[in-house]
Amino acid sequence: MTIARVDRRSQRSPARSGATGTGHRTSASDLRRRQRRRSRLTALAFIAPLIVYLAAFYLYPLYRNLDLSLRDYTVRSFVQGNAPFSGLDNFRTVLDDPTFGPAMRHTVIFTFASIAFQYAAGLALAVFFNRRFRLAGTLRALFLIPWLLPLIVSASTWSWMFNSESGVINYALHLVGVSPVDWLNSPDWALTSVVIANIWIGIPFNLVILYSGLQNIPAELYEAASLDGAGAWQQFRRITFPLLRPVSAITLLLGLVYTLKVFDLIWIMTKGGPGDASSTLATWSYQLGFGTLLPKFGPGAAVGNILILIALVFGLLYIRVQRRQEA
Amino acid sequence: MKSRTGKRRYTVIGVLLTAVMLFPVYWMLNVSLTPQQDMRKSPPDLLPLHPTFEGYRAVLNDQLPYLGTSLLIGLGTVALTLVLAAPAGFALAKLRPLGGGTLGLALLVAQMIPGIVMAMGFYGIFLDYGLLNSWWGLIVADSTIAVPFGVMIFTAFMSGIPGELISAARIDGAGTWRTFVSVVLPVSRNAIVTVSLFSFLWAWSDFVFANTLDGGGDLRPITLGIYKYIGNNNQEWNAIMATAVVASIPAAVLLVLAQRYVAAGVTAGAVKD
Repeated sequence: MTIARVDRRSQRSPARSGATGTGHRTSASDLRRRQRRRSRLTALAFIAPLIVYLAAFYLYPLYRNLDLSLRDYTVRSFVQGNAPFSGLDNFRTVLDDPTFGPAMRHTVIFTFASIAFQYAAGLALAVFFNRRFRLAGTLRALFLIPWLLPLIVSASTWSWMFNSESGVINYALHLVGVSPVDWLNSPDWALTSVVIANIWIGIPFNLVILYSGLQNIPAELYEAASLDGAGAWQQFRRITFPLLRPVSAITLLLGLVYTLKVFDLIWIMTKGGPGDASSTLATWSYQLGFGTLLPKFGPGAAVGNILILIALVFGLLYIRVQRRQEA
Repeated sequence: MKSRTGKRRYTVIGVLLTAVMLFPVYWMLNVSLTPQQDMRKSPPDLLPLHPTFEGYRAVLNDQLPYLGTSLLIGLGTVALTLVLAAPAGFALAKLRPLGGGTLGLALLVAQMIPGIVMAMGFYGIFLDYGLLNSWWGLIVADSTIAVPFGVMIFTAFMSGIPGELISAARIDGAGTWRTFVSVVLPVSRNAIVTVSLFSFLWAWSDFVFANTLDGGGDLRPITLGIYKYIGNNNQEWNAIMATAVVASIPAAVLLVLAQRYVAAGVTAGAVKD
């Protein structure tokens, strides 16, 4: 999913705020004030459904989740709704859990490895497709497919490709003389497997954004550079990369926020296993809440809230970078 | 100027790169046509030389209700998203509501909240009110993925509608609502298409909410249909992959029919025009 934003923040124009100054009250300014109040009410009527919606279906679930993480729930008290308040006990339980360290480490590895490769591949492809050859537009559109497919489709396809006995990946390795790897069932390779699948899914997003960033670099710069005798690599290093830096920052930060949230892919491919070998904060949280016969809703919600905090740090960084670019 | 042959070389490289990138998609198609007895053959058949449709027959027998549910949930999510997002986008773009800036920021932050956290919160709420395993509960949950995005697309698009168009409607005596319905909405066709497309695709593809909130319902979406296949009979990979192929159809159709809207949606907000 992509993160969109309001392009123009609504701001009162100075002329309008000036109109409220003290002075002679004419019926004209009275009328204008009444009109303004009416238009404020109209505006409110247009956004009221959204505000009610956000309160009911964003704030309330988030509040419910926070509440879950602060109480000592059992299955029975979850249904009856009378679980005792337990403060930060769930957070303490989670932080002391032997899974916390690995889950945190895997989240960091998964996120940064995915983003690094997605970005590098996306940038290389964007520069390549920018050369305007025949079929470039069609091929670029085809590159979007992995990003548009339902995650369960990509995840189950990769699962079968990674199958240790009959998977096509081990067959390809066999052709070049590498012995088969037990991708999804070995603690050493499970995380790598889901990272590879996730890189594949994320390349289109990076390609599209970086490509549209390239469109804003004036062609004259390249013409001038090639007159000065700069080669392709020189042009990339001295023009493309520096001028693309703002778009790159946005792409990387957005990628960070998305990748932290990834759950479906890992859950469908490995369920975070074997053991904890590929569990991240997202899958661990789900595992605690829904993955066992004895759900631990409190700790599960606590892990979820830790994940929100991390996502928000990078999210706010993204907003800051973007606002500064606009200023 | 680059020579003609130089350009042709780029096309060849481009086709090769695309082929590598789309290999998993090809492999899904290939496996969906592979007979069960050849599934574990070594080396695997790289081409479906002896295609079988037993996988697709399984889809027809087992998965049609799931596909119908997904269609229902997708269309419901689109409707709910448009009804909420279009008026709000118009207000944020043209009516200068109090607190509009704060609302914009809230929508931005809303898009960063991990789905599984929302799923857990919804699970608690749906359990309290007995809404688990209902298709419309799933529509509500799925719409949370799309509504903030939708509002922002509409706001960005409607900010670009010339003010004269709106004042002209006012002078003709139309109220704000009339102006919105008969002037603003018709010219916002592109934004409507983009928002509908993405909200449908996200609802169609949703797995987290479906698995959490509708795991035992009578009407379950196709993502759970596939998931159940993987869990139950993980030997019949042609049936699993055939379902995956069918579940990918909306994405393929959208890409063919509405490619420019897709690109517009991906870059929304990330790049300034």
